[in-house]
Amino acid sequence: MTEPLIACDRLCVELGGAKVLDGLSLSVHEGDFLAVLGPNGGGKTTLLKVMLGLVKPSSGSVTVFGKEPGQASGRIGYVPQRLDFDRSFPISAMEVVLMGRLSRKKLFQRYGREDRQKALDALETTGLASLAQRRIGALSGGELQRALIARALAGEPELLLLDEPTASVDPEMKTTIYDLLDQLRKQHTIVLVTHDTGTIGRHVSRIACLNCTLDMHEPGSTLGRTALEKLYHFPVDVVEHRETQTPHRHA
Amino acid sequence: MPDFLHFEFMRNAFLAAILSSVACGIIGTYVVVRRLGFISGGIAHTAFGGIGLSYYLGLNPLAGIIPFSLAAAIGIGLLSRKARIAEDTAIGAFWAAGMSIGVILIGLTPGYAPNLFSYLFGNILTVPDSDLQLIMGLDCLIIAMVWLFDKEFLAISFDEEYARISGLKTVALDLLMLCLIALTVVIMVRVVGIVMVIALLTIPAAVARSFSRSLYGMMALGTLFSCIFSIAGLWLSWVFDLASGATIILVAALVFLVNALFGTGKTRRTAC
Repeated sequence: MTEPLIACDRLCVELGGAKVLDGLSLSVHEGDFLAVLGPNGGGKTTLLKVMLGLVKPSSGSVTVFGKEPGQASGRIGYVPQRLDFDRSFPISAMEVVLMGRLSRKKLFQRYGREDRQKALDALETTGLASLAQRRIGALSGGELQRALIARALAGEPELLLLDEPTASVDPEMKTTIYDLLDQLRKQHTIVLVTHDTGTIGRHVSRIACLNCTLDMHEPGSTLGRTALEKLYHFPVDVVEHRETQTPHRHA
Repeated sequence: MPDFLHFEFMRNAFLAAILSSVACGIIGTYVVVRRLGFISGGIAHTAFGGIGLSYYLGLNPLAGIIPFSLAAAIGIGLLSRKARIAEDTAIGAFWAAGMSIGVILIGLTPGYAPNLFSYLFGNILTVPDSDLQLIMGLDCLIIAMVWLFDKEFLAISFDEEYARISGLKTVALDLLMLCLIALTVVIMVRVVGIVMVIALLTIPAAVARSFSRSLYGMMALGTLFSCIFSIAGLWLSWVFDLASGATIILVAALVFLVNALFGTGKTRRTAC
């Protein structure tokens, strides 16, 4: 068995004295498309931030590409939940996507032709090529989300970490984003944090339920009402987790 | 040549206005997009301690202003970013402590302090040649740093968390930017004085933002606006015999107000 890209072992995280993650063990292997489900405050974003090296665990261990988190920035593409930015910031979509090349650049090294080409490719993949010169504040919610995905892709990462990419977009855009992820999973290992219990099962290869502690659900199993109600503490839709080797197509 | 340019002090004043506008437009752009206006005010007021110190020791005021403003930039930056102290608390403490040091040291110095007022409210009409050279040197330094740290400064301004994930030393970059603000403050103290520095660091860049599509565009336009405000203010102060620094600020504030009232509709339209 190959070495996992991400390995968490009995990971605990405390933020401001409260335990956010408790004894979590998880491994993500190359080619996985893992969805992490769970209620707000269940530690989903914190888990991603631990993987990115932004939050230090209080006990337990994490390795990402066999190293301490934060040491492999060039191999990870991160898509934040939503960008708290000033909509009047004078910057084009292209310039934002170019930031995805930052981890591959040295200090004082300027963005070159290759960087621009990779950024354009990423905009092409996410369907935003025609909006490259648009001011970032003028993009719609769905376009902004895709621009953030493009920024992550521009760095040519092996691993994509996405924080609720469909939380702030309308249902149609949600389908577009999932179609995009179906396409991206062919070349990338993906970890996705989401609330989307409804459609997620059709797209991903593994599901983890996170509410301070973690339950893994492997392919073929159905995540029943009891498991989800235990997770969310109130009734939710059943997540059917079918194996989908054939890519999902949206009619 | 217009009549008021026959005087050397007037020519120096115009040169000072134009040269300081370069720093204002460039660094003001970062101040506006990163909302560092209050921290800039803190740095400027802390520098008053430096004026007091150099007055007490009988040195050139700049010998006190430069170290004090740099220390304020690094001190406020480190306290708020590393020591988990709220930024406005750190700013308030430095602001008042710097002013107090200045007041006490000036009080301890025998005799009357004649030039004090000009440091608080600026006196662009007394800028000597040596100060012009210093302002030009600082302008070059600021341009060089912004050119070198171009992509890093853009990244921490737009999305600091992403910059950190990408492996940038964001705290160090942040402190460097605060130091550049401190140097801009040093320049501006001559032109408009400690109390009014924030206005020229924010207003030209803020007005420029409504017309800019990129950060560089905003810097260029901010520099231009700053030039226009300073020259117009200087000319008006000459014609009506008013305090020059205050007139410059009022011209800027008036344009800012007009732009805020009538310019928002335009930005909203382009945003859709």
